[in-house]
Amino acid sequence: LKSILNPHRAEKVTVHFVNRDGEKITVKGSPGDSLLDVVINEDLDFDGFGACEGTLACSTCHLIFDEETYKKLGPVTDEEMDMLDLAYSLTDTSRLGCQVCLSKSLEGIVARVPETISDIRQSKDGSS
Amino acid sequence: IGCGRASFSSSNPKICVVGSGPAGFYTAQHLLKARQDVEVDIYERLPVPFGLVRFGVAPDHPEVKNVINTFTQTASHARCNFYGNVNVGKDVSIDELRRAYHAIVLSYGAEGNRSMGVPGENLPGVYSAKDFVGWYNGLPSCRELTPDLSCDTAVILGQGNVALDVARILLAPTKMLKSTDITQPALDALAQSRVRRVLIVGRRGPLQIACTIKELREMVNLPDCRPEMVAADFEGVSEALKDVPRPRKRLTELMLKTALETPGEKEQERRSKASRSWGFRFFRSPVEVLASGGRAAGIRLAVNRLEGSGDGAQAVLTGEVEDVPCGLVISSIGYRSLPIDESVPFDSRRAVIPNSMGRVQQAAGLYCSGWVKTGPTGVIATTMNNSFDTARSLLEDMDSGALDVSSTRPGSQSISALLAERGVKAVTFSGWEKIDDVETRRGEVSGKPREKLLTVQEMLQVARS
Ligand SMILES: Cc1cc2nc3c(=O)[nH]c(=O)nc-3n(C[C@H](O)[C@H](O)[C@H](O)COP(=O)(O)OP(=O)(O)OC[C@H]3O[C@@H](n4cnc5c(N)ncnc54)[C@H](O)[C@@H]3O)c2cc1C
Ligand code: FES
Repeated sequence: LKSILNPHRAEKVTVHFVNRDGEKITVKGSPGDSLLDVVINEDLDFDGFGACEGTLACSTCHLIFDEETYKKLGPVTDEEMDMLDLAYSLTDTSRLGCQVCLSKSLEGIVARVPETISDIRQSKDGSS
Repeated sequence: IGCGRASFSSSNPKICVVGSGPAGFYTAQHLLKARQDVEVDIYERLPVPFGLVRFGVAPDHPEVKNVINTFTQTASHARCNFYGNVNVGKDVSIDELRRAYHAIVLSYGAEGNRSMGVPGENLPGVYSAKDFVGWYNGLPSCRELTPDLSCDTAVILGQGNVALDVARILLAPTKMLKSTDITQPALDALAQSRVRRVLIVGRRGPLQIACTIKELREMVNLPDCRPEMVAADFEGVSEALKDVPRPRKRLTELMLKTALETPGEKEQERRSKASRSWGFRFFRSPVEVLASGGRAAGIRLAVNRLEGSGDGAQAVLTGEVEDVPCGLVISSIGYRSLPIDESVPFDSRRAVIPNSMGRVQQAAGLYCSGWVKTGPTGVIATTMNNSFDTARSLLEDMDSGALDVSSTRPGSQSISALLAERGVKAVTFSGWEKIDDVETRRGEVSGKPREKLLTVQEMLQVARS
C-alpha cells in the first residue's frame, strides 16, 4: 500500500539515534514508517523500547528531540500526550516514537533515547 | 523440558525467578540478554503465566497486553524454563531454592489486600477491588465472588487507576465488553446489572488524585454515561495549577473541564441522553458501611479538609459526616505484598522486601523486583525499569564476585525431584501454550480474543492433555 501512495519509497530518510550510553547510531528508514518501525526494522537494541508494540499504551518508545526538530514532527494528539505524561524524564520536546512518522523533511534528525531513572516512587499509579 | 538443551552446561550460573508477572519476565529477559551463560528458571504459583497482565489489566485494554508477546519470546529462550503450578514457600521452600540456584529473584507481586478497617466492611455487597477485578478477569480464586449488581448506586473507595477500571467496567455498555477477554460469567452478570451510578470517593482533593489521565479520559468519553461532579470540590483548583508539572496539570485541567465547563451542544445532548452517570467525590473518608436487611445499603463518610498543599497535603477530619445510600461498595485502596517465607526479610510496615537496588538486605544471593520491591505502584513500564535495575545489580554482583557462581549448582534438576516427591506437577510453557490454544479457540466462537479457563483443575487438565 505504501508503495502505491508514495512513489518516492526508494528515497530513504536518515535518522540518528542517540542511545542511553550516549552512542550515536545512524540508520535509514522509509517515509511513512514510524520511528518505532525504524528501531524494529534496524534491530536497534534499546532495552524495553516499544513494549505495547506501537498501540499507544505504554510510553516506552519515548524519544527526545531538539526544539527545532520537535516543531517539524507534526501535531500531537491528546492520547499521545496522555501516554507521554507517564514517561520518565519527560521534556517539552518529547514524543512517542510509535507516533512520529518519517518524511523527507525529517532527513537527518536526531532522536535521543532518554535515561530511565527508575527506583523513584511515582504517584502514577496502577493501584491505590 | 525446553528446547536447546545442548546449550545447557552444568557449570552455568543458575538463577531462579519467583513469579511470572512483568517483573519476573523483564528481569529474566535482561539477565538472558546480558550473559551468554546464565540459565533462568521461572517458578509460578498458577498454571498460567503473566500475573496481573492476565488477571489485573482491564479486558478493554488489550493493547496493554501486547507485552505478552515479548514475555513469550523470553520464555521460549533456550536458557529459560517456566514451571507453573509451583507455589514457592509451600511446595518448595526458599532455602531449598537457595541450595539449588546461585541466586533467587523474588518477583511475586502484591497479592494481599489493604482493608478499610471500618465497621461493616464484611457485609454482603462490600468487595475489594482486587477481588472484583479478579472476578471479571478470571482469577480462579475469585470465581465464586458473583457480586450482587442489583442496586442503582455503587460507591468505589479510592481514586487510582484500578478504581477507574472498576468504574468503567461497571458502567460500560455491554457491547463494548463483549468482544474483549472478559469472562463470560462476568459479562452475563454485567449485562443484567442494575448499577446506573458510580461514585468514586477520595480522601483528599482533585490536586491529589492518584489516577492517570488516560483512564480519566476514558471515563469522560464513556458512551451512554455522563459526569456528575460537585463544583464546590474544585474551588481554588485552577489557581493552584500554575506551578505543577505537566502531567498533573493536564489531568487536573481535564477534570476541571468535565466538572465546570458548560459543554457544547453535541456533548450536552449526549449527556442528557445518557442512562448512566459517574462522579468523583473528594475530601471523604469511609467511616462505616451501613446495613439494611443484613447487607450493605449505604456508606457513612467523614468530611475532610486539607492541611498543606500539593502531593503532601494531609486530610484532616472536620467532624462532619455524610451518609450516601448505595447497595454496592468496592474498596480500592491498594494492593499489598505478603511475606513469602520466614527466611526472607520482610518490612511489614511498608509491605515490601527491604532492598537496595534490588539486593535483598542481609540476604546474599537474594534479589527482588516489581511490586514486591517497590510497593504496588506504577504501570508496567515502571515495573520494567525497576526489573532491569535489579537484573543490573545481580549482573554487577556476578562480575565483582560478590555473588559466587564458581561452584556448580543443580538448578531445576534437584527442584524437579523434590516436587515429584511431593506430588506437585509443574506446568511447562508448552503446557501453557495448550491452555492458550484452547482459550483462543473457545473465544473465537463468541468473537472474543479468548475465553479464559476459570479453574486451576481445568487448566491442569488441558496442560496435560
Ligand atoms: C487491576 C490492575 C490493573 C492494571 N492495569 C494496568 C494497565 O492498564 N497498564 C499498565 O501499564 N499497568 C497496569 N497495572 C499495573 C501492572 O499490572 C503492574 O505494574 C505489574 O503487573 C507488576 O508486576 P509484578 O510482576 O511485580 O506483579 P504481578 O503482575 O502481580 O506478578 C506476580 C506473579 O507472581 C506469582 N506469585 C505470587 N506468589 C507466588 C508464590 N508464592 N510462588 C510462585 N509465584 C507466585 C503470581 O501468581 C503472579 O503471576 C494494573 C494493575 C492492577 C492491579
Ligand atoms: S510503543 Fe507503546 S506507546 Fe509507543
